[in-house]
Amino acid sequence: MKRRNLLQAGSAALGLSIAGVPLHSLAQARKGVVNVLVQPEPPGLMMGIVQNGPTQLIAGNIYEGLLRYNDKLEPQPQLATSWTVSPDSKTYVFKLKRNVKWHDGKPFTADDVVFSCDVFLRKTHARFRASLVHVESVKALDPLTVEFKLKQPFGPFMGIFENGTMPMVPRHVYEGTDFLNNPANATPIGTGPLKFKEWVKGSYIHLVANENYHQAGVVNVESVYFHVIPDAAARAAAFESGKVDIAPGGTVEYFDVDRLAKLPGAAVTTKGWEFFSPHSWLWLNHRAAPMNNVKFRQAVWTAIDREAIAKIAWYGFAKPATGPFNSHIAFASDNVAKYPRDVDKAKKLLAESGYKGEKLRLLPLPYGESWQRQAEIVRQNLAQAGIKIEMVATDVAGWNQRCNEWDFDLAFTYVYQYGDPALGVGRNYTSENIAKGSPYNNVAGYVNPKVDQLFAAGAREGDPGKRRAIYLEAQKILVDEVPVAWLHEINFPTLYRSRIQSIVSSGIGLNDSLGRVKLA
Amino acid sequence: MKRLQYMSVRLLQGLAALLVIATANFLLVRAAPGDPVSIMAGEAGASDAQFVSQLRQQFGLDQPLPTQLANYIGHILRLDLGYSYRQQQPVTDLILDRLPATLLLTGTAFALSLALGITLGALASRNAGRWVDSAVTVVALVFYATPLYWLAMMAVLLFTVQLDLLPAFGLFTVGADLTGVDRVLDISRHLVLPAGTLGLFYMAVYARMTRASMLEVAQMDFVKTARAKGLAPGRIQSHHVLRNALLPVVTLAGIQAGGMIGGAVLTETVFAWPGIGRLMFDALLQRDYNLLLGCFLFTAAMAVLFNLITDLVYTLVDPRIDLG
Repeated sequence: MKRRNLLQAGSAALGLSIAGVPLHSLAQARKGVVNVLVQPEPPGLMMGIVQNGPTQLIAGNIYEGLLRYNDKLEPQPQLATSWTVSPDSKTYVFKLKRNVKWHDGKPFTADDVVFSCDVFLRKTHARFRASLVHVESVKALDPLTVEFKLKQPFGPFMGIFENGTMPMVPRHVYEGTDFLNNPANATPIGTGPLKFKEWVKGSYIHLVANENYHQAGVVNVESVYFHVIPDAAARAAAFESGKVDIAPGGTVEYFDVDRLAKLPGAAVTTKGWEFFSPHSWLWLNHRAAPMNNVKFRQAVWTAIDREAIAKIAWYGFAKPATGPFNSHIAFASDNVAKYPRDVDKAKKLLAESGYKGEKLRLLPLPYGESWQRQAEIVRQNLAQAGIKIEMVATDVAGWNQRCNEWDFDLAFTYVYQYGDPALGVGRNYTSENIAKGSPYNNVAGYVNPKVDQLFAAGAREGDPGKRRAIYLEAQKILVDEVPVAWLHEINFPTLYRSRIQSIVSSGIGLNDSLGRVKLA
Repeated sequence: MKRLQYMSVRLLQGLAALLVIATANFLLVRAAPGDPVSIMAGEAGASDAQFVSQLRQQFGLDQPLPTQLANYIGHILRLDLGYSYRQQQPVTDLILDRLPATLLLTGTAFALSLALGITLGALASRNAGRWVDSAVTVVALVFYATPLYWLAMMAVLLFTVQLDLLPAFGLFTVGADLTGVDRVLDISRHLVLPAGTLGLFYMAVYARMTRASMLEVAQMDFVKTARAKGLAPGRIQSHHVLRNALLPVVTLAGIQAGGMIGGAVLTETVFAWPGIGRLMFDALLQRDYNLLLGCFLFTAAMAVLFNLITDLVYTLVDPRIDLG
């Protein structure tokens, strides 16, 4: 009998307790309580202001958007129950749900929607602003109806109502205040299935069930704790020892995921990332030779062994990319030129490109051991083709700085594509998005007026059939020109106890599913 | 009077040193690539010029460097460590929040290592050349040479994952809402592994130091005199040899005490202990300038203070030592 079980049985029999809590119930998870890992600790939980990953994991269950999206990215009602689109695709009217209350008891109305979009997020949310430029006006027609009028048709418009892009914030708390410094930011108030309870900095964040949630029977947990454990090996040990029940994607190293998924009572899923569609690639800085030569770029892409990297560095939790579009997003097509790995072909292209054998600086992405391994494999692949690489030592802040200032030759990155090429792909290849200060725009400095024109047309087009044709052409051009060397579609694995059901119930996964899980 | 005068001079020297340290740190942290704004923009997954300039203004980074430095020194002199924009809290609050946890961990490890180290060292020196001595020396060497991180992880694997005997993460059992004696017991259980691994390294240092020092003192004339006078061997060891052998140990202990506040980063990281070492490390990775500088200044002040205290303790241990 395992020592653990023996201790449990023995202590239950003897009524022993440690620190007043009965040993046998400490050892098994308490009913209705879910323990989740979060890494790193978020800087804040006010989702309108802070948009990074850990914040969305936690606050996504506190705040809600007008719509939710399933794993096919089809919009589902949430705070909005129904919507109509005008024939010219320029006017959208949403009907809101009745009797929705904020966590402080005040009613949620159309005025909150107008305030959130037109005033609050316009000031604080950079990504939403990029979509807001297409909107002419937001109006509350009555307390339960909101009308959006667009300047011209905006193809992806129905896809921007997710709670990370457009979280609804309470007008009665924020109107007329300094949004960034409002003390209410420390105690977030939303409409979601979980309410904020407590944040002990450096240790954990505690959310509790929202008893007045506007959908009955959905909230089946009492408490969710998000534990901050800064060391990767310690996080794996925490899952293994039963201290945490859910390890979201990215919190546990891939070699541990493999091992932990095989434990009794553990399970792993790669669902829940369809909306974000993480896509990884190697930036090539077009401002310097030889990266500005298309043959050199094609050589780089042909030399990299994407299948081996997916198997070795990502333990199978990645799919080699065929081009700029992640296969989950709208209008992705693999009807483009293929670049299977071929060292001889790479050498030939390299010779044609005029590469003189100079050493190039490769900037790895310092997010963890798996990314380091990917960098090492790529360096070897490129060396086999004859490209000399020097790795730059950096931490995350240094990587940010160098990407922002274009201080690199080759650099790894991964971005989210948000389900639509107009939201998450165009920004990396259009010339208007070339600007210092962000690692997520057109960092490579690639310029092609035809591509600019195609992405602009695709955003303005309402008809899906026409958009498909436009984006197919764009994909073909990009795959011919190889502005960056695409690597993988990453399927972040989420480790969890198999007794937890419905762990992923939307296209954004745990970010808005934690309040809806069922404990067997 | 003389002691008071000595202390005042030392304190003034310490304050001057702190000012130099603060200025040097201010310039040093800005030498690293990246700043808090680029980190936050990078984490947001999207940013534009408005976002970046908003953050720069909020963080006070849009002003010229000399102005920023002057503001910073001015705040320091008023004992205001500044505001952490990333965490939206004053730096002083953040540090004081984590201070009790750090003191608990390092204080316990300190006491444990001192008590165990001196005892083992004395034991080894009394039985010099016999198997007890060899055993103690080998154990000390093993714990001294083993990397702390590995030791910590092995402890977690053994006692938490395999045997399920002791908790390994955090300060207390989250969600149990214990109070009073139960809470004290809970925290004590969580303290065992981190304080144990941290203490074992320094125990090794003290054991070796004590043993060597005691062996040296045992050769001295006054010990021969005491033995000739017919004093019990035990009393000679504890009152004559040990007390005189303690000076080097006090030096080492003073150094360890001075580094107590910020020096347990590895242990705090592995055991998810919410201490100041981790706070500093996170602040470094996030380039949270104000918080990082506040931590640096705080730990420097502690080091200066404990230096002074060590010198005072010398006079207690050995009345022959003269201050100044």
